[in-house]
Amino acid sequence: MVAREQGLAQQGQALSTKPLAAAGLTLGGIVLLAVSVGVAVTLGPADVSLVNVRDILLNHLGFAEIPVRISEDAIVWQERLPRALVAAACGSGLGLCGAILQSLLRNPLADPFVLGVSSGASTGAVLFGMLGLGGGVLGLSGGAFLGALVAFGLVLLLARFASGGTSGVILAGVASTQLFSALTSLVMFAFADSDEARGVMFWLLGSLEGMRWDDVVLSTVVVTIGAIVCIASARTLDAFAFGEDVAASLGIAVARTRVLLLVLTALLTATLVSIAGAIGFVGLVLPHAARLLFGQRHARVIPATIVLGAVFMVWVDAVSRVAFAPTPLPVGVGTALVGVPVFVLLLLRRRGRA
Amino acid sequence: MTLQTRDVSWRRGGTLVLDGVTLRPEPGSTIGLLGPNGSGKSSLLRLLQGIARPDAGTVALDGIDLARLRRREIARAVASVTQHADTDVDIVVRDVVRLGRTPHRSALGGELARDERVVAEALEHVGLTAKAGHLWHTLSGGERQRAHIARALAQEPRELLLDEPTNHLDIRHQLELLELVAALPLTAIVALHDLNLAAMFCDTVVVLQQGRVVAAGPPADVLTAELIAEVYGVRARVSHDDGSGRPTVTFQPGPLDRASLHS
Repeated sequence: MVAREQGLAQQGQALSTKPLAAAGLTLGGIVLLAVSVGVAVTLGPADVSLVNVRDILLNHLGFAEIPVRISEDAIVWQERLPRALVAAACGSGLGLCGAILQSLLRNPLADPFVLGVSSGASTGAVLFGMLGLGGGVLGLSGGAFLGALVAFGLVLLLARFASGGTSGVILAGVASTQLFSALTSLVMFAFADSDEARGVMFWLLGSLEGMRWDDVVLSTVVVTIGAIVCIASARTLDAFAFGEDVAASLGIAVARTRVLLLVLTALLTATLVSIAGAIGFVGLVLPHAARLLFGQRHARVIPATIVLGAVFMVWVDAVSRVAFAPTPLPVGVGTALVGVPVFVLLLLRRRGRA
Repeated sequence: MTLQTRDVSWRRGGTLVLDGVTLRPEPGSTIGLLGPNGSGKSSLLRLLQGIARPDAGTVALDGIDLARLRRREIARAVASVTQHADTDVDIVVRDVVRLGRTPHRSALGGELARDERVVAEALEHVGLTAKAGHLWHTLSGGERQRAHIARALAQEPRELLLDEPTNHLDIRHQLELLELVAALPLTAIVALHDLNLAAMFCDTVVVLQQGRVVAAGPPADVLTAELIAEVYGVRARVSHDDGSGRPTVTFQPGPLDRASLHS
């Protein structure tokens, strides 16, 4: 009995030190991200040092008037910094989408890319951007946004009616990926010239070329909203571990939660895809990395995914930018090169357990 | 006042799965729901949980219709252990049991120390304290079932609903599990296939056939050879001679002589 009370007292202590550890980890994550962005900005053909980056930042934020070369200022402030920040937002946002989908659909292989959302986006980009459907009001980005939403809705509907359980969603995703890829190819073969075709490849592979500050604002705002909702829903997501019936018996309003989080995921994915194209496998891999490092509880998985996703994308983008300089590699190629082997490992691990 | 149903009927996919069922459990007792496959046991448990709504009649908690209560309020009083509740998540047993605290927690956390104490007690109660740090998928079937019961206990419910909790368990684990449930200081409603287990552990049994209650009462009164023949369509002998006051059912091979039933 005494031993048990001691055990409980120790648990109590562990609990009281937890907020401190959490604050430390959060701070560490923010520092890691800031350093990553800073270093990533220095990388590239034009030589810029970390000190230059700091000076340029201070100048633009109005804290200082340090003389810097105009060319360096333009490269950092107009090119590399917005690009790194959009990369960070995409990494966080796609990671969040993966974490939500994997938990709600109870399938560790779920992510926006696997569910065919990005192929829907490319079809939308082709139809609206290339054929000028809708009077050219929407353009490539708007078309991609709409296409992503339609594809997402279609997959969820298919999965619902097929009622194939947790694998039904993945099957529906495969089917819809095929359908939208075929549609995209059809339109491209029939109507596109080679310039337009290259523009669509942008959506198929994902690219952070030519990001501007309005892209930074849009992606950051959307991802921040998503992050707040997800962090607030962490316990609810935990309760889905044993399925919807158990979640309901634990007091979760299952239908409302599903709709809220799936709509959030759809909007988040569609926005990010319309900005940066279909960047694959970030959503799939990053939540798993977060779980491996910090356990299964969403109160930890969600913040960890946000930080890891951002840092991962910033680095993958920086490396894809310089590795084959002067030819930039689409960032989606880089994420897939890392993502696919991890995907395969996950599959093997699942089989080993069955 | 507890969780009660009054005259509930429920139609699923065109067939009437429950037809005028009234259930008024004695608080603190263990009630066995019996009946062949498809007789409405699981459907009744779903209505009692408030996961689904009946087409007619009411399910009420302390006299208030479940439809008027929030899910969270229901979950603080009624816990359930369903069939086939499995997961692919690499979750440890203690975290499974912690899920039971979900309805008691606010978005910002709540009383962590109390939560930990309740979780520790629930683990102790089902004998899984030593396995608290083990991963879910390393547990045996019996341990998983007990972990679910601990999770339900961590909800601190007054009512516990169990849908065939002894499925896939060996006989020792079946007995241990029902002994545990029967000893709990709460009202337990348990859907069961095994009539002898029901006879051993339930204070009251309710027999369903095609969605209707055909018999209810103490096992010794309800479980008769005639009823078993009528409801399950098999020949059985019921003896009361082991001195426990609980009946024992022995089944016999061969076709049922229907003529003798209705004579």
